[in-house]
Amino acid sequence: MSDRDRRVGGKQSGNAFWAGLALPGVAWLYLFFLLPFYVILCVAFGTVDPIFQTPAPEWNPLQWNTSAFEFVFEGLFSSGAAFQTVFLRTLVYVVVATALSLLIAYPVAYYVARYGGRWKTLLLLGLIAPFFISYLMRMLAWINLLQDDGWVNDVLIWVGILDAPRNWLDGRASSVILGLVYGYIPFMILALYAFLDRIDRSLLEAARDLGASPFQAFRLVTLPLSMPAILAGVVIIALPMFGDYYTPDLLSQSPSTSMVGNQINLYIRGGQQIPVGAALVVVLMMFLAVLMGYYIVSTARAQRRLGA
Amino acid sequence: MTIVEAPVTGTRRRTLGRARDWWANPWGKPRFLVLFTVLYLIWSIVPILIAIRFSFNEGRSRSTAQGWSLRWYLDDPDLSVRHDPDLRSALFQSLRLAAIAVLVTVPLGVALAIGLTRWRGRGAGTSRAVSLATLVTPEIVMGTALLLVFIHLLTFIQLGTMAQAIGHITFSLVFVLIIVRGRLLAIGPHYEEAARDLGASALQAVRLALLPMLVPAIVASGIVVFAISMDDFVITQFLSSGTNTDTVPVRIYSQGRTAPTPALNALAALTLAITIVIAALAFLLWKAVRAARGQTGSAVQEFAALDADTIR
Repeated sequence: MSDRDRRVGGKQSGNAFWAGLALPGVAWLYLFFLLPFYVILCVAFGTVDPIFQTPAPEWNPLQWNTSAFEFVFEGLFSSGAAFQTVFLRTLVYVVVATALSLLIAYPVAYYVARYGGRWKTLLLLGLIAPFFISYLMRMLAWINLLQDDGWVNDVLIWVGILDAPRNWLDGRASSVILGLVYGYIPFMILALYAFLDRIDRSLLEAARDLGASPFQAFRLVTLPLSMPAILAGVVIIALPMFGDYYTPDLLSQSPSTSMVGNQINLYIRGGQQIPVGAALVVVLMMFLAVLMGYYIVSTARAQRRLGA
Repeated sequence: MTIVEAPVTGTRRRTLGRARDWWANPWGKPRFLVLFTVLYLIWSIVPILIAIRFSFNEGRSRSTAQGWSLRWYLDDPDLSVRHDPDLRSALFQSLRLAAIAVLVTVPLGVALAIGLTRWRGRGAGTSRAVSLATLVTPEIVMGTALLLVFIHLLTFIQLGTMAQAIGHITFSLVFVLIIVRGRLLAIGPHYEEAARDLGASALQAVRLALLPMLVPAIVASGIVVFAISMDDFVITQFLSSGTNTDTVPVRIYSQGRTAPTPALNALAALTLAITIVIAALAFLLWKAVRAARGQTGSAVQEFAALDADTIR
């Protein structure tokens, strides 16, 4: 902490003022973000009312009932059981979609950051545009295109890849993965762009001066430097994908492409076994905790570097 | 910065090697990358344009072009956006929630950002971590959590607009925090310090020295909150109390596969148009404010960097 900081922020009375300013927002987050997590636990560890079939949360942690978790773990760890298949399928979809996104996003972000030149503003508008178009509208656009008599089939038949129209919207993993990539890739591009744009070009000049080939300069300087951005981009699109249920619902509608999010949605909003849904949420959160923790720690570190 | 010409080797390279150079050489002409980026932009934008085109169809199809008309916007007596009460109410609910979200989240988030940036104490770090956690929590988790808390604990909050608004404020708070905090760190503590030295109270220093400098960041965060509120689907659906509190994305979800007419495309296109107009007006305001504060450079580029900062 510098002298200056101490004078402004460190004063005892001043500090109370700053804390007071933060209080409403902090209180809001504790009330509507942290407290609800406790309620999820209480419902997951609670019971179901035998007559009305409504969940009865158990507020006292000493009396928590583990039957919902037993049900979930049984479905997860006995081989071939329902939840296990769904979890593995979700993992495969997310890994494939994230990898494809990275392969597409990196060259685009790299080009705009490095060579945008006088087109940069226009290119950036194109990259930001998806943020102003609702995700669901972008899926609707693909429903239009992928229908039996849609343009995708028309084009594929015209080119000669297909002989007859293919039913793209009925339980095809490829359609769901296409939807995921299309839906989430703008976040990754922007995360990569912001980082690549800040790489100091003189580092590359130095690499070239020292005899590196252009490709070596990329491989030995740019790529290692952009590793944190790649990881951030992967985390930032993988996390929401794990909770996605609307992309498979809209682009496939079939149980054969059901993801973890579909199961949670089914139990929480449709079902009689809300505790099972809550337990699924808890399990998903524990699974994602590593990714989330990585993101929070690395962001905090980056902010500290900025002089927080 | 000096421009270094790529050394001309003179030897003919294989195509593969050249492609690799376009990719890697920071000073050569990256023809492969140009092509790739243009293809990406086409892939990203053309499906939307096609969906908008179908909204003007004369016929019922959403997959083939059938003439031009405003049937699905205005004319159809039952199914057009103007006459179908479900579609109409979805549009209004979207706008209502976005307005509430902007009006509540921006002041709450600005105070939170200033407080958390200047406050030195054990609580500050924890609160910062909690707000970042909202950013990475999948929406389905937050939606479940809020749904259960409103059903079982805070039962005086009804599902519907009230609950949805609380949800929107909760997930958009962190965006205001990140944008305003970034600007605060750039400004540094000197101005407040000078104000305090000249006899201003802490509150006066914030109001008279800090807030005017934060105006561009505040407007920018308003645009972002508006856009993510209009875009939100999961939390809105989980906290909806029925068709009358469905928003546009929720309506697209429930009708997208079951009751398809181009009216749904029309609703989506209309929402997009409204979002773009409002965001563009706010963007122009932001640009003007920014210029008045003497900041130069491409506004779009700065806004993109801002947008990117909120997601990394």
